[in-house]
Formats: sequence, structure tokens, C-alpha cells
Amino acid sequence: MSLGENQVSDLSPVPSRSKGAKPTCFQELILTLQDYWAAQGCLILQPYDMEMGAGTFHTATTLRALGPKPWYAAYVQPCRRPSDGRYGENPNRLQHYYQFQAILKPSPPDILERYLGSLEAIGVDTGLHDIRFVEDDWESPTLGAWGLGWEVWCDGMEITQFTYFQQVGGIEVDLVAGEITYGLERLAMYLFDKKTVYELPYNSASSEVPLTYGDVFLQNEQEQSTYNFEHADTEMLFRHFADAEKECGRLIEKKLPLPAYDLCIKASHAFNMLDARGVISVTERQSFILRVRDLAKACCEAWLTTQTAKAA
Amino acid sequence: MAELLLELLSEEIPARMQARAADDLKRLVCDGLKAAGLTFTDARAFATPRRLALVVDGLPVAREDVSDERRGPRIGAPDQAIQGFLKGAGLASLDEAEKRETGKGEFWFAVVTKKGGPTAEALPGLIDAALKALPWPKSMKWGSGTMQWVRPLQSIVALFDDKVLASEVAPGGQMAPIKFGDTTRGHRFLSKGAIRVTGFADYTAKLRAAYVMLDAAERKRIILEGAEKLCAGAQVTLRVDEGLLDEVAGLVEWPVPLLGTIDAAFMDVPPEVLIVSMKTHQRYFATTTQDGLLANRFVVVANNVTRDGGATVVDGNERVLRARLSDAKFFWDQDRKVRLEDRLPALKNIVFHAKLGTQAERVGRLAKLAVEIAGHVPGADRGLVEQAALLCKADLVTGMVGEFPELQGIIGRYYALSEELPMAVADAIGDHYAPAGPNDRCPDAPVSIAVALADKLDALVSFWSIGEKPTGSRDPFALRRAALGVIRIVVENNIRLPLRNFFKADDLMAFFAERLKVQMREKGVRHDVVDAVFALGNEDDLVRLLARVEALQSFLGSDAGKNLLTAYGRAANIVRAEEKKDKGLATRIAGAPDVALLEQIEEKAVVSALADVERTKGPALKAEDFAGAMAALAVLRAPIDAYFEKVTVNVTDRPELRLNRLKLLNQIRVTMDSVADFSKIEG
Repeated sequence: MSLGENQVSDLSPVPSRSKGAKPTCFQELILTLQDYWAAQGCLILQPYDMEMGAGTFHTATTLRALGPKPWYAAYVQPCRRPSDGRYGENPNRLQHYYQFQAILKPSPPDILERYLGSLEAIGVDTGLHDIRFVEDDWESPTLGAWGLGWEVWCDGMEITQFTYFQQVGGIEVDLVAGEITYGLERLAMYLFDKKTVYELPYNSASSEVPLTYGDVFLQNEQEQSTYNFEHADTEMLFRHFADAEKECGRLIEKKLPLPAYDLCIKASHAFNMLDARGVISVTERQSFILRVRDLAKACCEAWLTTQTAKAA
Repeated sequence: MAELLLELLSEEIPARMQARAADDLKRLVCDGLKAAGLTFTDARAFATPRRLALVVDGLPVAREDVSDERRGPRIGAPDQAIQGFLKGAGLASLDEAEKRETGKGEFWFAVVTKKGGPTAEALPGLIDAALKALPWPKSMKWGSGTMQWVRPLQSIVALFDDKVLASEVAPGGQMAPIKFGDTTRGHRFLSKGAIRVTGFADYTAKLRAAYVMLDAAERKRIILEGAEKLCAGAQVTLRVDEGLLDEVAGLVEWPVPLLGTIDAAFMDVPPEVLIVSMKTHQRYFATTTQDGLLANRFVVVANNVTRDGGATVVDGNERVLRARLSDAKFFWDQDRKVRLEDRLPALKNIVFHAKLGTQAERVGRLAKLAVEIAGHVPGADRGLVEQAALLCKADLVTGMVGEFPELQGIIGRYYALSEELPMAVADAIGDHYAPAGPNDRCPDAPVSIAVALADKLDALVSFWSIGEKPTGSRDPFALRRAALGVIRIVVENNIRLPLRNFFKADDLMAFFAERLKVQMREKGVRHDVVDAVFALGNEDDLVRLLARVEALQSFLGSDAGKNLLTAYGRAANIVRAEEKKDKGLATRIAGAPDVALLEQIEEKAVVSALADVERTKGPALKAEDFAGAMAALAVLRAPIDAYFEKVTVNVTDRPELRLNRLKLLNQIRVTMDSVADFSKIEG
């Protein structure tokens, strides 16, 4: 904020990406997808500021998928999957990674063509590649949600998950949302021909300070994996789970679905941490999942009331 | 005569659902045509990843009026019956019905005339009904609509006699109706814009020009021929996998087989791992070398003709496979650092079933049971059996089985071999889930047999004990397969296993009997012969049971057998008829006839023949010489025939004589039934 005014005028303009140019690095991939989906009429939202296992947990998807109001949005969401951590030693498994998510509700008739347009935009030439839609039904036991769709393959690699939401929080949807989820690191490895995620160019090679994904995140993977697997205080996490669950229930009663849903996300993450620590047995696991689902359902039901009430 | 062409274009339909959906579409439309009185000469249905198509040939352009007669209730029948008749026939009152004399009385008749008219007017309604009734295994709605289809439905071609049928389908909500039309689309990437078609011939030709092969059989043929040609060029042989071929043909509208290479770094990973990884994750076909070993080439089928002749596609697929296999290789290298034995404690953390404890507990039971079974398996070393049983589930906690669950057992075998455990132990670990079905290999090595039997018997007995018995439609724990597995292992290896030693439940024994019967019936054994042997009851040695069935079947095929059966039938019929008249008779005629009351020589001859049979039959049965025991019965025939010729059984004036003669007939029945229950045999 305190950048000197005189400095601004002195700066030579940084070369900006020309429209239509194919991305050459991780951040350009994100920017290209944002531009593309903005041009399709989507809101460009920012990541939800909480730890979550998938972009679907963002209120812009879970809650907005319910109710009678149309909703077009796209955003990047950092995802935390503590069990997937590999101390930075696996080429593509990470406990923290990024998804890019576009959600179009109601799904327009040409949604697949629009999606294929996004592939062209990021540099996947369908004249050279083999794009396939392979059956993949999606289900989230913790969200009480399911839908039908595909995983999209490019030359045999899954680059996108495409789902038509049918139910969220145990509630059948009014308008069907088409949800498009790109796994950004994997997609980038493919586009930029890198064997490991850590070699990905994060910003442009022509930058004065060119950095790789590893420069930005390797240490984080190492430390977070160590924390998740070895040091996370399980007693504390059990307590956090219980607290979040209780608070969530209390807020549902107060008819505050949004803060209640935050606590549902918190409980879900505490569960994921406990799972990574290996302190949840197989039978307990099921019951924890059901407890989170109960919270999610209650939040969704409460949210839906607010939507229909305002619409009426 | 005219043609109906129907095409339903949608977003990509799951491969596994296509063939069934095409059949269903054909069935539903054809049923509709028949119900509407429309005849046709032929109907063919097709499916691709994006479309279902149906062509019906030889339909009439118009229908005649059809008059339908319906007989109603008798004149003067209760009002309820009259009202029902009127409603069913669509009549307002009896004034519209007519009275008719039928010879069995006077009845009401309704004569309803269905107006004929142009076929084109009848088709939209029945097409719409077929679409609504089409049973997708999973369906969804889309946009703001309420209609259910497998994936969003995009357009409909409906042409009759080369003209568009006037109709539409409404997806509901705010969505525009999908009007019946004459335009479709070609391949998603190789064709642009709408294609207008005039009839089936034009449709298939234009689709082909737009890179769509409509017929799945043709796509399969192209894949197979193309793949084999590529393989021949690389001097490898395609591993033809019909299931995979079907699936791949359902993933492409324009198949382009391409040949890729597996990185040499992965060729020391077990071939099963490579094959599963290629097949289930990537849908690639594996290939073999001249020696039948897994070759380093694979076939991938693309759905696109690319500018560089598939080079980028192959390169991409090879990269994906490399990533997949690096995971597999990582597990292969890591897993072998921990011995199977050292993995056993981890089985305590895996629940087998909530009511049946952990895998560790199960392994404990298996080891005990397998050793017990080993006593009945010639050549099975108890030490090796115990070792194999203890280790057989250890691979469940390896990284490799975590990644490739379908390789359980097979992976354990590899790890056992790399630890240099005895070959018999390794093989038993690898074989103990087998046979997984009627076409799967059946274990034949002694140690494998003992462990494989233990695995299945424990599952059966355990699930039985918690009341999880299979029902007609539900068998979630594959207990039928387990029982059939036990039967195959025992029978094919001639294992003399008294099943009753391993469980108490009568209904479990009956479950085995039922499976065995079904299996024998499938093999063409007469069901009455099977029943005759099963009726003896108490037989828990399947090998012995089958030997008896076989002997009986061949005995009944012989003249001696046929004739004896006739004689038996006569004796049994008389006894049965008398027993029917006199409820207490059965107990009074039990036991041997009184020798003092044998008056006629023919009676004495039967008694002495029965005594001969008893003498020879006993030892033969004991020696399990069932053919011998049946042959021994054959001597009964002549004396019995003579007996029926000369002796009157139902002597009215001497009840004690009659009773004794019935005793004798009963004795014939008892003696023969101890070999097999001949009363079950149908003439």
C-alpha cells in the first residue's frame, strides 16, 4: 500500500501476457483459466480461507449448488489432503495442491463445448491429442453429495473431473450444476512436460526472478508431511472435532448456516488430520464420516431455507 | 413399405451401458409398434459413445381400421361386473354394447373400432413412451430440466418414410424442447457442424464420412485387425481380451489403434501388475513375445486421427503409463523390504467383518482349519500348510495390493518367492482364492488345496454363524461362489473330505447339496438320478456321492437297470396303494417277511435273491464299488417278475398272508433304496 508514487511512474511496464497466448508456467495456467471462464460469464472468486480436501467444499459450490438461483462461478482452491503427503519425495502426490473449479448452474446445453474451449485456451490442441470422456460417477460421503459425469482423459491422463450434481447434503438439487474440476499441478506437468511437480515453472521463465513450484512449495510439503504424520496433536484434534461439531449444531439452531458450515469444514479437516495420523480405526472411520455428513446435511438444509425464503 | 430411423444424440454414454441400451430401445419401440398393430420386417439398433440409433424396416405407411371384439358378462350379471366391462371397453353405457347368443348363454359384447390412419401419426407417441421407459442403470437430470437420461440428451433424429416426424421431447424446467428433426452431428473432434440425413443408408454413409462408425461390431473388428497388424509389425502377439475389447469399442466413435512401448525400467515388475495397470487404469491391450512372456509393447486405441499420425498421443500415453508404473515399481521395491511374516501384526488393524473380527483373527482360524483339512489331502505337509495359511492374507497390507486390490494372492506369491519361502507355500498363497468362477483355474497342489479349502469353508461357516446366508437375490459375501469352489476343488482333486466334520448346520449342508445339484444338472446329469442319490441323505463326502450318481446313471442306462426299475415300480406301486388305504400299514409291514408264511416257490425265490443281494451289496457299498452294488441288484429282476406272474398279493381271505406278501414287496423296496432311492426315478 505504501508504494511511493514517484516509484510507480518510474517503473517500466512489465510485459503482460498477450491475449490468446498459451500459458508457459503454473501461474499463467491459472490466469488463462480465469480469463476463459470470466469470458463465459463466471464470477471469478477467490479461494475459501479454510483448510478443505477439495474445491467442492467451497461454499461457492456446496451451498450454491442448492436452491433455485442460477450461479456461474470459477475459482482456485488450495486443497489439503494430509494422508497424501509424501514429504516432497513423490513426483506428484502432495498434501497441499490446487484445484481450479468452474461451476455453471443451471448447466448450459453447450457446457462440454465450453469446457473443450478451455482446453484449447490452455494449449491442448485437439488436432494432436486424444480427448476422451470416461464414465466416472462422483460421490462425496462426507457431503452427502453425488452426481454423474466423467473423468476427462487427454492421451490417457485424467486432466479434469466433470460432474452434473444431482444431490448435495442429501437434498436433490433444483437446478443441476455442471462442475468442472481441473487438477492444476497434474495438468501443468502435462502441459509443460515435467516429470515432477517440483520442476514446474511457477512464473514466467522471462521473469527477473524465475521460480519453480519446488522453490515455492517443497519445504512446505516436507514440513507439513512431518507435522501431519508425526507431530499433529491427536488429542487436540479430537477435541477440535468435537468442539466444531458442537458449535456447528448450535449455529444451525440459531439459523446461521454460513458460520455453521465453516465449522463443518473445520470438523472435516480435523477428521482428515486424525486419519493421516492413523488413529482412527476402520469402524470408527465410518462413524466419523457420518458425523461430518450429518453436519453438512444440516448446514445445507438451513442454507436452502434462506434461499427459498428470499426467492419467495 | 417404409423405414423408421431414430437417433438419440447425447453427451458421452458410459461404455458398459451402450449395448444394453440399444437393445432396450429396440425392444421398447418394437413392442410399441406391435401394440399399435404396426407390422415390420426388421429392426436393428446401434450404439456409440454419443448416440443410440434404431432403424425399423418394412413398416406400412398407413394402418387399416382395426375392430376389436370383447366379450363381457352374461346378460343380467351383477351391476359391478357390467360397470367393469363398460369401463374396460371404453363404453358409456350398455346401449353401445350388443347382446349375443354364444351357445353357453347370452352375453354382452363390445365392438370397438380403432381408427387407422397414417403410421406417422402413431409413431411419435410410441417413441416418446419408449424414451420414458428406457431403463438406464443410472440416470440424471440436467440444466433446469426434470427429464432423466443417462447424460444430457442433445438432439433427436426421427424420420419416417424419409420425412421428419412432427414431435418433440420436453426436458422440463426452462429448457427448450428437443424437436424431432433430420440433423445430427459427427465425430466430436473430426467433424464440424450439423449433418442432414434422409434415411438409414444416407445416415450411416454420412456418419462414416464424419468419422463415426455406427456399428460396435465393426469398431471391434477394426480395433482387433488394426491392433494385430501393429503387433505383427513389432513381432509381438496381442493378448486378446474380449471384455476390454467391448469396453474400448464403447469409448470411441472412430477407433485408431496405436502401438506404445513400456519403459524397460518396469519390465522386472510382475507381469500381472503391468497387465492390470494397463488394462483397468488405462484400457490398453498387453502383448506377448514369441515365448509367451509379457512384451514391452502395448496397444492403445485413440478416438482421433491426429495431424502427427498419433505420435503425440502415443508419447502422452507412454508418459502416463510411466507415472502409473513408477508407483507400482515403488511398491514392488518397498514392499519387499518387509517380510510377509512381519506384516502379520498389521492384519489386526483390518476388519474382516464387524461381527467376525479382524483379518488377524481370521488367519488364526484359517491356519487351524487348513491343518485339519490337510489330514484329508494326500501329500499335504502340515507344516507347509500352516505356514501358507498364516501368510496367505499378509499381502493385504502391502502397498501393491493397496493399489491393485485385484492382485491379492498373486502379489503375496511373488513376495513369498522373493523371500525364498518354499515353492509350495508361495503357490498356496497365490492359489488360495481360486477358483473364482467356473472358468478359473482350480488349485491342484496339496498345500494349495488345503489352504484354498480352508479359506472357503471358514467364510461359509463364519457367515453362516452370524446369519449372513445368501438369498435368491443377495449374496454379498459370494458364498455361492465359495461353495462351488469347495465342490470343484474336492471333486477335481478327488479329496475325501467329510464335510460334516467342519460344521454342524444342516442348512449349510443343504446349501452344498443344492449347489452340487445345480452343477450336475448343468453337466447334463438327469435330475431324478441326482435326487435319487441325494435322497439317501447323510452323505457328506462329495466324491463318494458323485461316484454313486455316476454308477446309477449308467446302471439305469443298461437293459438290466431299466427292467429292474420296472419291477421295482410294480412292487412299490402296490405297497404305496395299500399304504394309502390303510394308514397304519407302513409300520406293520416293516421288517423281514415271516419265512413260515412263504407258501409259493416264487416267494421263496425272491427272499433268497434278496438275501443274495444283501450279501454282495454290503461289501460292494463298503468298497465304494457302486457299479458292483447296482449289478448285484440286477439278480432280483427275474424272481420278481415270476413273483408277480404267479403270486396274488392281496389275498382277501387270509390277512396274515397278505401282510406277509406286502412285507416282501416292501423288503424289495427297502433293499433297493439302500443303494439309491429308486422311487425318485422317473420311468
